[in-house]
Amino acid sequence: MWTTWVRERAVSSLPPEKLLPDRQPSYVSSWIYVFGVATTAALVVVVASGLILGLGGPTWWHTTSLGRFLNGIHLWGVELFFFAMVVHLWGKFFMGAWRGGRGRTWATGAISFLVAIGAAFTGYLSQQNFDSQWIASEGKDGLNSVGIGAFFNVANFGQMYTFHVILLPLAVTALVVWHVLLVRRHGVVPPYPAKVAAAAEPATPSEEATQ
Amino acid sequence: MAPPVHVVFAALFDLSHPARYLHWHFFQMSVANVVVILLMIAVFVAAILVPFPKRERTP
Repeated sequence: MWTTWVRERAVSSLPPEKLLPDRQPSYVSSWIYVFGVATTAALVVVVASGLILGLGGPTWWHTTSLGRFLNGIHLWGVELFFFAMVVHLWGKFFMGAWRGGRGRTWATGAISFLVAIGAAFTGYLSQQNFDSQWIASEGKDGLNSVGIGAFFNVANFGQMYTFHVILLPLAVTALVVWHVLLVRRHGVVPPYPAKVAAAAEPATPSEEATQ
Repeated sequence: MAPPVHVVFAALFDLSHPARYLHWHFFQMSVANVVVILLMIAVFVAAILVPFPKRERTP
């Protein structure tokens, strides 16, 4: 059956000890490694608060105290999401995190960053206030200037709201899940090796004596 | 009677004015964005330099 094929492929490419490991290499014990999971945690908060905001609707999130509170949670969740993601990106860039067959891990992270920018942009357009009107008019000029203005109407609330609450969150979530599974499959990138030149230098006489 | 929380925050962060901008030659950015970028750089440096707590090993 096809289910057997799917199960065997899934288990062989991502066995349980890789999917949910209980140990990590010693070099992972650094604060710079926590920003990936911080980004994911912020994404969970953003999606959960967004689901509730979507159920309430614009009038609710503008006029009720609970709606405004959740609107604030959603906004600050996004702020933390991008903050942690940028620090994660800087850390992984300087680690050369695409090394050792991790090109797809790097690519899915980079693409999810770009799609998340679109999700945040359509979120600003979905505020239903003067700020969103201003951003829509500026964004329309910007998209027209790069030749893709015919594909989107950023002044159309219904279209942008659909992008924001369905299409882009699904895309970001799917990319992040794929990214995390690739990290599990290939493991966290090890640090760069010590410089070869330094290793090739002749040892001091005292060191030679001990070798 | 203590003032409502939103009044306290409104006093700390008065947002009833246009955003302040830094402008130097071609560089133009709101102060809020500059602050966020500086914070990200500070957190990045701290994440590298601050030692990560290690679990104490039992003998």
